[in-house]
Amino acid sequence: MESRLAIGKNVIRVDAHDKAAGRTKYNSDVTDPSLLHCKMIVSQYAHANIKSIDTSEAMTAPGVQRVITGEIAQGILTGTFVEDRPPLAIGKVRYHGEPIAVVIANTELEAKRGAELVKIEYEPLPVLNSPSDSMKPNAFLVHENLANYRKMKECTPQPGTNIANNVRIRKGDMIKGWEESEVIVEEYLYLPQADHIALETRSVKAEIKPDGNIIIHSSTQGPYIIRKKLSRHFNIDTGKITVHTPMVGGAFGGKAAVQLEMIAYLASKAVGGREVILINTREEDMISSPCRIGLEASVKLGATKDGKIKAAQITYLVDCGAYSDMGAVMTKSIASDCTGPYNIENVYCDSLCVYTNHPYVTSFRGFGHSEYTAAIERTIDKLAKALNMDKIQLRLKNIAIPGDTTPTCSTLTKSNIGDLKKCLETLKVKLKWEEGEKVDINKDTVKCKGISCFWKTSSTPPNAASGAIITFSPDGFAHLSIGAVELGQGTKTAMAQILAERLKVDIKRVKVSMEINTSDNPEHWKTVASSTTYMVGNAVIEAADDVICQIKDISAIVLRCSPKDLEVSGGKVFLIDNPEKWIDITEVVHGYKYPNGNSIGGQIIGRGSFIMKHLSGMDENTGRGNPGPLWTVGAQGVEVLFNKKEYSYKIINAVSVIDAGTIINPIVASGVTMGGMSMGLSLASREAFIYDNNGIILNPNLRSYKPIRVDEEPEYIIEFIETPEVDGPFGARGLGEHGLVGMPAALINCLSTAAEKDLNRFPLTPELIWKTK
Amino acid sequence: MIEFHDKSIIELYVNGDLKTVAARPADTLLFILRESLGLTGTKNSCGNGDCNSCTVLLDGWPVKSCLMLAVEAVGHEITTIEGLQDVPMQKAFVEKSAIQCGYCTPGMIINSHALTTIYPDASDEIIEEWLESNICRCTGYKEICEAVKSVINM
Repeated sequence: MESRLAIGKNVIRVDAHDKAAGRTKYNSDVTDPSLLHCKMIVSQYAHANIKSIDTSEAMTAPGVQRVITGEIAQGILTGTFVEDRPPLAIGKVRYHGEPIAVVIANTELEAKRGAELVKIEYEPLPVLNSPSDSMKPNAFLVHENLANYRKMKECTPQPGTNIANNVRIRKGDMIKGWEESEVIVEEYLYLPQADHIALETRSVKAEIKPDGNIIIHSSTQGPYIIRKKLSRHFNIDTGKITVHTPMVGGAFGGKAAVQLEMIAYLASKAVGGREVILINTREEDMISSPCRIGLEASVKLGATKDGKIKAAQITYLVDCGAYSDMGAVMTKSIASDCTGPYNIENVYCDSLCVYTNHPYVTSFRGFGHSEYTAAIERTIDKLAKALNMDKIQLRLKNIAIPGDTTPTCSTLTKSNIGDLKKCLETLKVKLKWEEGEKVDINKDTVKCKGISCFWKTSSTPPNAASGAIITFSPDGFAHLSIGAVELGQGTKTAMAQILAERLKVDIKRVKVSMEINTSDNPEHWKTVASSTTYMVGNAVIEAADDVICQIKDISAIVLRCSPKDLEVSGGKVFLIDNPEKWIDITEVVHGYKYPNGNSIGGQIIGRGSFIMKHLSGMDENTGRGNPGPLWTVGAQGVEVLFNKKEYSYKIINAVSVIDAGTIINPIVASGVTMGGMSMGLSLASREAFIYDNNGIILNPNLRSYKPIRVDEEPEYIIEFIETPEVDGPFGARGLGEHGLVGMPAALINCLSTAAEKDLNRFPLTPELIWKTK
Repeated sequence: MIEFHDKSIIELYVNGDLKTVAARPADTLLFILRESLGLTGTKNSCGNGDCNSCTVLLDGWPVKSCLMLAVEAVGHEITTIEGLQDVPMQKAFVEKSAIQCGYCTPGMIINSHALTTIYPDASDEIIEEWLESNICRCTGYKEICEAVKSVINM
């Protein structure tokens, strides 16, 4: 392999110094006294008619400018696949925490005090507290008007039911599949909703300028999507909307949702366009803004006696909460990869997006994959037990390899799917599988191992696109303008590395735009789906090549040769056959000036763009289609010390072996993967919304909803297999989400072995393990 | 006509400077630091004392500024992240890749800096006990522990 300057190096993150100094500005780090402050009033019920809202007392409270309610946006419904959600509830609330009204006041305190004076009279209604309850024939409808909602073509809501989207996979011949199956196993799995808990809660500023231009500042993963949605719902030209996004304090999918932006826009409009700020409290961020899906899964697998899986019948009920938003999209993503990374010829899957009276959901790291993977991998373990086969052996026998097809009948190639066999074999060594799955440590304690495989593709829209622009400072620093948001995943650093590598310059001479301004930076679809390195990286390479071409063109005139005789490297342009002859790029990037003053060239501006290719929607009846350009695959495992008497456990080791293609920055890649693993173990072991019988969430705060802390962390072992992706920048694949995906599955498998029980619910608390029969 | 509100003028000694601010008795130290003094390096995340993102030093000891009233801080020496300039802990966090989104970082660095100042020879157990107070949602805490240990071993 050619030696590389920046790719594959442990480059220090370009945002690290400012962050360590506390000097990075996040969206709510503003102290402008001219801002008006918004405070939401949110529903105290999970399902109720709003009989009346009395804002009169609040309106006269000190400092209060306006109080707005749902009436202000009468007739406007928002959503992603199905437009079912009013920006503020009208007439009815459908989940605990749903925004109903907003008080706009001079200060935060006055807004809060005003909000306490808004009186809402409710008429409580019965609640649907799980997807299976919502699927019962006599269940009431969360949305009576489902038939009349606007929807996207690729979505199939079922009016008269609580199904917001119904995605079908019909692959092969199920009759043949069951006939060939000698062993059949079935599994049911339940996973409650949970939350992202990005440490920075969501916040928005909105202003309508006197000339009609709209300025939004948002802590978001999708500044360009906000522009589109505001345009669509409020009938504003996209050209008049500018969205600014600074550094984002964690997102994990949760900040891809567009919610507060619409509320803040309406608030600004109500006060004559003045700039308003709306910052979620932790409680609002957990339940009023969208959370992670819940899932009920039923999986049935059939296999031959020697362990070849022949048939899979799967039902996924996605708990999307009260509004479908990204839940309907994840339902599709789950269907497209529904079997996990296994080659199964006959697949029948119904993936249903089901309304309940829970908080509504949005994307969460893994986009539905960690949730369904737990169900599939639990069933695979069960199958191994039924076949009396080694769990790694059974997986090796069935993993998808080049030439196989996915559930949507996409053909896998050596490039678009990584090497899962190698991942599993490496996992086997790293997890010390040969020691035995279960070893007695003493009378009460056993040491157990559990494993999982996973795959994930991007599920991007077929026309998702990105851009990059390069300009130069007079002293030759390359300035890169991109639309990808820095959420902590290291995207700015990765893009700087890609550009430095392509221009063959020291990374210190590359500057990446840190904040996003949708009017100035070229659009990037959304910073989600582990697709930014792939998409923006390709645009950066194209822009770099454009720059190199322009530099060579001007230099060729100066050096009296053909552009093809030249090479650009280290900030210089050389004659390839005579490197003694060169000029510095600073002499050409802003135009070349001859000694007599004549000039040629002008400033060099590089442009690069990227759009997905060959992707397609899924067929309504069979699911056929191509959901993403590539799959990242991996194998993960955990090792646990389990106390048989107390049902308590300590996770001691967690292992990930992931084929992420070329690793751009090993230290960042491994840090992000470890963070994903930690989040996966935290979700699996302790995180869940606890609903009471009335659908009220009992733990919407970090006192009672407890993410993992340092003392509970295991040792992490992370290995990368690097099968290059032909179309990826320098061969890179997506990686941001994948550390999480198989972790819940590995833990539930491990603890099932340890406790000798068929665990099928999350979170895996000692109490749950003890209770399970 | 002049109207008197429930605000009082108080003096806070912050990052080596004496600052005069108007504060209500109920204003938290976090609120005054951010809103009145513009020291937005100190972060609000849970507002409930659960996550430690808002940690500042009071006479060298870490406190949760969301649970402390500004008036309680009068007469004490307050240090926020802006008051730490290139201390070894900041350098260690950068070099050990202990920073991702950066939102927990100020609280984490403040707490870690206090820890290594108060216990220059802290054992792994003491490090763990101190860092248990802080939530980081991005990392698996491993690089953060490495950063702290690297300062202790200096």
